[in-house]
Amino acid sequence: MREHDHEHGHPHHSVPAGDIERRVSSLEALLLEKGLVDAHAMDRLVDTYTNRVGPGNGARVVARAWTDPDYKARLMEDATGAIREMGYTGRQGEHMVVVENTEAVHNIVVCTLCSCYPWPVLGLPPAWYKSSEYRARAVSEPRAVLAEFGVDLDPGVEIRVWDSTAEIRYLVLPRRPGDTEHLSDGELAVLVHRDAMIGTALVEAP
Amino acid sequence: MDGAHDLGGMHGFGAVDRSQEAHFPQDWEERVFRLTLACGMLGKWNLDMSRSARERMEPAHYLASSYYEHWLHGLESLLVDKGLVTPGELSSGRAGEGRIFDPVPGDRVKEILERGGPTLMEAHAPRKYRAGDRVRIVNEHPRHHTRMPRYIRGRAGEVVSCHGAHVFPDEHATSGEKIPHYLYGVRFTGEELWGAGFAEEGAVVYVDVFEPYIAGIAD
Repeated sequence: MREHDHEHGHPHHSVPAGDIERRVSSLEALLLEKGLVDAHAMDRLVDTYTNRVGPGNGARVVARAWTDPDYKARLMEDATGAIREMGYTGRQGEHMVVVENTEAVHNIVVCTLCSCYPWPVLGLPPAWYKSSEYRARAVSEPRAVLAEFGVDLDPGVEIRVWDSTAEIRYLVLPRRPGDTEHLSDGELAVLVHRDAMIGTALVEAP
Repeated sequence: MDGAHDLGGMHGFGAVDRSQEAHFPQDWEERVFRLTLACGMLGKWNLDMSRSARERMEPAHYLASSYYEHWLHGLESLLVDKGLVTPGELSSGRAGEGRIFDPVPGDRVKEILERGGPTLMEAHAPRKYRAGDRVRIVNEHPRHHTRMPRYIRGRAGEVVSCHGAHVFPDEHATSGEKIPHYLYGVRFTGEELWGAGFAEEGAVVYVDVFEPYIAGIAD
């Protein structure tokens, strides 16, 4: 079975893919036959998280926080309410907290126990966020992990790692890059990549 | 439960692989996702029970299998545990004599996702700790589901916030009862967690900690 391992030795599949495909097909047929799942409902679930909800939502929250001081104050005080104002609510975003990057502090989010992630503002987590490597290392060597992502911070910057162990979901408010005063909210949102809102990237000027 | 899922601080995994951007690189992964969410909408189990079912995978298997295989294992276990599917049906893929259910229809999906599963509750008692308190986490290794990662047990940290009282996952995963317990944001230094000389300079970890996970004020 080791032939399924990647070259760098991460065993992602302990069973041949064909076996698991058959197992899933068999389960799906059984659940449809027993009336436990509805095909249309399942299409809607996938459509929601592949086409409708994604990191563009979080980017709009960030851009607005950068340009609207009153909104930012509400966001820092009651993130759930301020994000709801933008229309983003629901599953895996019921209780939101926003943590702000500054000159002195850099924040990074992880879920060491599973894969907790703020779905309404970021969509489904990327594969690396759910990986054993990230979950194991983000808490004990965040600087090394950030360096792998190309983020080299001044040694004087405090790194705050947020382990999502309960139902609080964290969104990082990245620092606004310089020379962007002339940009609109929409133009700013385009600059805000998903990883910057997890804390594994910085926002770069255009 | 001290399972293989409790990964914080574990060594030996190597670099983070960022090459995969697709949410569902293989078709079966998308199907596990949609089946899991659709079955979850039936309301026969809660999110903590789902997590608990995934965590009970045999540790070597957990570490060697992919993310959606964990979900598949969890879903199959819950379907059998809750009596929705028999082990015979699961292995044959054919429905037996049992009843036919009513699935949650597509027109209810939006409302269910928007409602989510809020966990904030009214508290039954005043809270024990305040921001600025230095507290010590219990050194306990419960065999049931818990959201107290191993790496904080027995360690001391500073309370920085209180998120109010939330559904206590340890109880919710077992009996399904919603018991409110205060949830605190607790800040731990790297030195406290990993030992002097083994922690990165200036790196701190914030963990959301339920009140029963706290032994008391640290000496």
